[in-house]
Amino acid sequence: MKHAFLDHHSGIDSPIHRLDARAKVIVFFTFILVGVSSPPASFVMFGLLATALAGIALVAKLPLGHLVRKVLIVLPFLFFVAVSIPFMKKGEVGGSYDLGFGGVSVSQSGLWVLWNVLIKAVLSVFSILLLYSTTPFPKMIKGMEKLYFPKIFIVLISFMYRYSFILVDEIQRMKRARDARGFGGKWLWQAKTLGHMIGTLFLRSFHRGEMVYLAMLSRGYDGTLPEIFSGRWGRGEILFLTVVPFLLYLRFLLG
Amino acid sequence: MKPDKVIEIVHLSYTYPDGRPGLKDVDLEVHRQESVAILGPNGAGKSTLLYHLNGTLTGNGTVRILGLPVEKKNLKDIRRRVGLVFQNPEDQLFCPTVFDDVAFGPLNMGFAREEVDQRVARALEVMGLQGFEERSAHHLSEGEKKRVALATVLSMDSEILALDEPTDNLDPAGSRSLVERIRRIPQTKVIVTHHLPLVLDLCARAILLEAGRKIEDLSTRDLVRDRNLLERFGFDADFALWMYERRQPLRGPNS
Repeated sequence: MKHAFLDHHSGIDSPIHRLDARAKVIVFFTFILVGVSSPPASFVMFGLLATALAGIALVAKLPLGHLVRKVLIVLPFLFFVAVSIPFMKKGEVGGSYDLGFGGVSVSQSGLWVLWNVLIKAVLSVFSILLLYSTTPFPKMIKGMEKLYFPKIFIVLISFMYRYSFILVDEIQRMKRARDARGFGGKWLWQAKTLGHMIGTLFLRSFHRGEMVYLAMLSRGYDGTLPEIFSGRWGRGEILFLTVVPFLLYLRFLLG
Repeated sequence: MKPDKVIEIVHLSYTYPDGRPGLKDVDLEVHRQESVAILGPNGAGKSTLLYHLNGTLTGNGTVRILGLPVEKKNLKDIRRRVGLVFQNPEDQLFCPTVFDDVAFGPLNMGFAREEVDQRVARALEVMGLQGFEERSAHHLSEGEKKRVALATVLSMDSEILALDEPTDNLDPAGSRSLVERIRRIPQTKVIVTHHLPLVLDLCARAILLEAGRKIEDLSTRDLVRDRNLLERFGFDADFALWMYERRQPLRGPNS
């Protein structure tokens, strides 16, 4: 089975795609940093960031519709976490509703928190989305490694990248095997089957982990992962990096 | 001149952690540039024996590789001399790209970047995988994965290759072309397999295991004429002999 659910558009040829992974990691992480650290009322800042990101997406020839859809996928999760905040937070009441069994009130500061969480999450997701849509995953990992991201983190995500596909295959195969044997019946019975599947998946993953470790040892692994990187800091990269001081400057100006 | 022993196993026994016996008193000698097949039913201890060649497993008894006893202090040395390829390429290939995987061994051996590049290029060429450097393992076919798995040890220039079911899971064409490639590799080979054509094409000698014991150690020429033995292990004796004679020209006159 073939998957490309992560770096789906990373093979496009565009000025952004051609840039060194390190430059892109720095720039997109600056976007996140600046976005997250801005006060919730800095609408100009958020507008600028969103426009800049959309501009990059355009230069990178990424289909905007696809990106928006991807961002929307994340949104419900965020929303359900964030939506409770205005009801919990005490403070100036922004509006109250009588639902018959007692009043529900929404606090103004709570609404601000909701807005704050949502806009920052969307901008952050958008930035990361652009990073991995313009950079093949292996290159992105290596760029991050070269930029002194913690080694353990790098190893973790590179294994996750490699084995997530195999895990998905494994789940699909199990589902097929389950359905082929006329899966159905009472809810409780289904839950039990699901439990068994998760258990089996865990055991298989555990075994796989052991085998992979043996394979690593067989090729001389001694606890340190070798690093290999080829990249360059050319004119394009420098030009792209000028976004960083510009964003930081704006951040201080508007903050 | 008597060819020198590269593998010497004396009175090797192994018990699995759960108490099941794995190997019982196995002796084995393999000489330089020999190709030896290890045959036997599932659970006979074939892979277990193979894993002892580079110290992935250690049992009771002596295992010597090129005169070096397989002990903790020699493991690093032994692992660069014995290239072990696991049965499942998903275990063998754990890096984000083909290049990284093939470079993993040489990098661990401490070679400089140019040397690593050369070794990777050479190994990929032998396996017919030029241009696969930046591909990810999960986008490869089963046959390609098997070839990359072999390339990951070829790049280490090991003197001994230990292959666990190299043609398992392959279609007939893929299996044939892999056998042909393995045949052209000059190293000493120990191959665990169920695949009789592979044995007849590659190996002049076969070891037969049953329930952890070495039952027989004989030339392929004698094996194909031993009807009782073949049938005991579930092979079709007529087919084996017919195939052996048909393949004589491939092997040359001395086998």
